[in-house]
Amino acid sequence: MFNKTLNIRKYLRRDMFPSIFCVGCGVGSVLNHTLRAVDELKLDMDKAVFVSGIGCSSRLPGYIKANGLHTTHGRAIAFASGVKLANPELNVIIFTGDGDCAAIGGNHLIHAARRNLNLTVIEMNNFNYGMTGGQVSPTTPIGGNTTTSPHGNLEPPFDLADLVVGAGATYVARWPLGYPYETVASIKKGIAHQGFSFIEILIPCPTGYTDKNDQKTNREIWEWYRGNTILRSKYLLLNEQEQDQSRKMVIGELRNVERTEYTEEWANLVSRLQAE
Amino acid sequence: MNKTGYERIRRILGEKDFFLQGDVACAYGALLAGCDFFAGYPITPATETAEALADLMPRVGGAYIQMEDEIASMAAVIGASWAGSRSMTTTSGPGYSLMQENIGYACMTETPCVIVNVQRSGPSTGQPTEPAQGDMMQTRWGSHGDYEMIALAPNSVQECLDLTFEAFNLAEEFRNPVVVLTDGEVGHMREKVILPEYDELTFTRRREPAVAPEEYLPFQEVDETLIPPMATFGTAFRTYVTGLTHQESGLPTTDDAAAHTRLITRLVEKITRRRVELTRVEELYLDDAEIAVVTYGISSRVAINAVRTLRDREVKAGLLRLIGIWPFPEAKIRQLGERVSRIIVPEMNLGQLVHRIREVVPDSCHVSGLPSIGGRIHHPDEIISALTAKEEPPEQETQPHV
Repeated sequence: MFNKTLNIRKYLRRDMFPSIFCVGCGVGSVLNHTLRAVDELKLDMDKAVFVSGIGCSSRLPGYIKANGLHTTHGRAIAFASGVKLANPELNVIIFTGDGDCAAIGGNHLIHAARRNLNLTVIEMNNFNYGMTGGQVSPTTPIGGNTTTSPHGNLEPPFDLADLVVGAGATYVARWPLGYPYETVASIKKGIAHQGFSFIEILIPCPTGYTDKNDQKTNREIWEWYRGNTILRSKYLLLNEQEQDQSRKMVIGELRNVERTEYTEEWANLVSRLQAE
Repeated sequence: MNKTGYERIRRILGEKDFFLQGDVACAYGALLAGCDFFAGYPITPATETAEALADLMPRVGGAYIQMEDEIASMAAVIGASWAGSRSMTTTSGPGYSLMQENIGYACMTETPCVIVNVQRSGPSTGQPTEPAQGDMMQTRWGSHGDYEMIALAPNSVQECLDLTFEAFNLAEEFRNPVVVLTDGEVGHMREKVILPEYDELTFTRRREPAVAPEEYLPFQEVDETLIPPMATFGTAFRTYVTGLTHQESGLPTTDDAAAHTRLITRLVEKITRRRVELTRVEELYLDDAEIAVVTYGISSRVAINAVRTLRDREVKAGLLRLIGIWPFPEAKIRQLGERVSRIIVPEMNLGQLVHRIREVVPDSCHVSGLPSIGGRIHHPDEIISALTAKEEPPEQETQPHV
């Protein structure tokens, strides 16, 4: 259960409000979920660094009273890698979106996962480029209407959770907006996890995407999530053929394994060489 | 760095004198300056710096990482600087082009860092193993928008070490990226290098805030230097950094012309106001010179030969070698243009700094470019011919010697 007495405002830069987010946007909820996770972990905000690229979700670090690095488009994970390697004591949390981290930043995403660098990536997937006015993105579903796919999207989308599992991420979870307890729990686990963590949160973008794709109301958005996602526990009950044919995004905690973390390996190397 | 720390680095590097490649000398200069973070990506002819640091960085207790590309390398270098490191990358040609967006970010966010660019022929993949000086203007203007840059150009292996060392001090002092502009020839040639003693050196570190966290404005000038003190991540100052136009607090303000003008003007003026202090030149036979060569980097090694030959023939020729390229040493060049009637500018490009030189000299001084591209270093005779031509050489600089 949530801490009902939590005053989340203590974590916020009050002079940044009102926020830039549109009515019905999911980004603000992800900020709420993240700050609840941070609060429950009692994270030292002096030692926390929130890194982001470009896009709506990348504006989040500006609202948090912590260290923030709002960088160039797609490069948040590369900047964050420098921060973490330079000072492994810092808790480095990345806010990014589907365009930022899967298109222009896709290379940095898979390489950070491969290194198993101790970073936490919170990726908000709204299926389009919201800030520039609703263009097609690498996660837009086939047929999706956007300003640059006006006849329906022809390209198959990335399943980003699958992608980072394949690249070597050691903690991976995905939730649509509407699973607050599960999302907060996953963010907590991701931050506490020693290694590369990736949490994807499916969020609505009324301005850029959902309104144009038969999801005009919260109910329709919720119905879309219900129709296009499947809980991992239910997915595992399907037989192999059913799993193969399933086009639904699997949600839940998708991976949680231990593997050697990069900054620890580097510290071991330094100790070994300095002992020589 | 304190004396104990410096001596520890010296012990790891070994003896005092070395016979080194320019690229490796850059690595040594960086370590002596206290560089403790390197991110890079392999590219000819710059790779040897990364190779040296891959071996040495863990020995000195720093961090080294080969990133997935040059964009990521520059990003990691900036992130590491905010986490408190003295950070560096090295690259060349296409890699330098890829870094430009994040170099602009470093200027906008006033992030100290060092980039060694071992110039090679371009555009595009060009001639990877051949030297060039084609990035002089890219260094000044390569990222979009208005900003100012500090760049130094060594012409020897010893200077690769010395100027990389100095680049760290300048980066930390000015809170700006600093570029060391070498080339494939300087980077790959081997010469004797003497490591400096601790007492010969000064170590500059970014200024830390002198106020309480609640009073600290990370992008506010506090004195006539216009350079704000810098709090690093992991402290109670909790700095927010963005490439958007920002207020003194660091928070964005994207539609306020006055705020943008104030910020960008400060970023430029913190460097241009100290143009004279940042001027680094070498002068040879200029006291009574009637004609002069102005050049830099590997081309200056040839020019020294040419000018000495002319002096043997009792021709009053002199050489002004630019060590600091940006900010441009306007006063030095203007003074020279007032004293000599002819300036020849040998460059390993089709004419870049020659335009900037022509812009500052009086009309009485005739300025001609002398281009050589394709990796071909000038021959001293070409410089001699240009200096002593009966008529003024043509001003156009798009006709390279072949």
